[in-house]
Amino acid sequence: MKALYFAWVRERIGLAEEEIAPPPGVATIAELIDWLCARGEGYEAAFANKKAIRTALDRTHARHDAALGAAREIAFFPPMTGG
Amino acid sequence: MSLRAIVRVEATPFDAARESARLTEGRTDIGALVTFTGLCRDEGGALAALEIEHYPGMAEAEIARVANEALGRWPLQGLLVLHRFGRIAPGEPIVLVAAASQHRHEAFAAASFLMDFMKTEAPFWKKQRLTGGDDAGWVAAKDEDEAAAGKWRS
Repeated sequence: MKALYFAWVRERIGLAEEEIAPPPGVATIAELIDWLCARGEGYEAAFANKKAIRTALDRTHARHDAALGAAREIAFFPPMTGG
Repeated sequence: MSLRAIVRVEATPFDAARESARLTEGRTDIGALVTFTGLCRDEGGALAALEIEHYPGMAEAEIARVANEALGRWPLQGLLVLHRFGRIAPGEPIVLVAAASQHRHEAFAAASFLMDFMKTEAPFWKKQRLTGGDDAGWVAAKDEDEAAAGKWRS
């Protein structure tokens, strides 16, 4: 699936987007975050405060306990500051 | 719901007066037009520009979702929402909401609703660039914005 990172999540990871292939045991967004954290320091820094991380599955807001299901795109970002 | 909101997410500056006039042009049945324009302020001269990042595709979809909810809640005669991204200089417009209805209450309420949810649900992030050239970091989300949006759900 495609992972997208925005704002300071993007800056800490050092990537705007990448293709990821989590193993079958990774079923929820929370599990995916833990799996990503093991990929390196940038990911750990980005996800250090999980409460500050918002996520969207296929461009729809989703909570951390949501199942990844057949989603093709997941995005990670800080609380939004538009308007 | 036959009325569709006009939603645009773009980098170029807009003319708020001309954009909101689209809702009333040639119409004689509209009694109220409420417009809100959010501007980039210079923070006492310290701010050189805002850099707004957005999630292409989702930004438009989220605004459209909130706009459709507003159309379902109030009997509106027109609704327009514009939001910019990219570099925005002090004095320039960032966001425009225009709501038209027969009477003022619906237009005021819909515009306020749109702004409250745009702050908390639309995927945009502001970074501050200072006049000295320094990056002052990402603007933090405000608890009061969450509270303002939450009031509509209670």
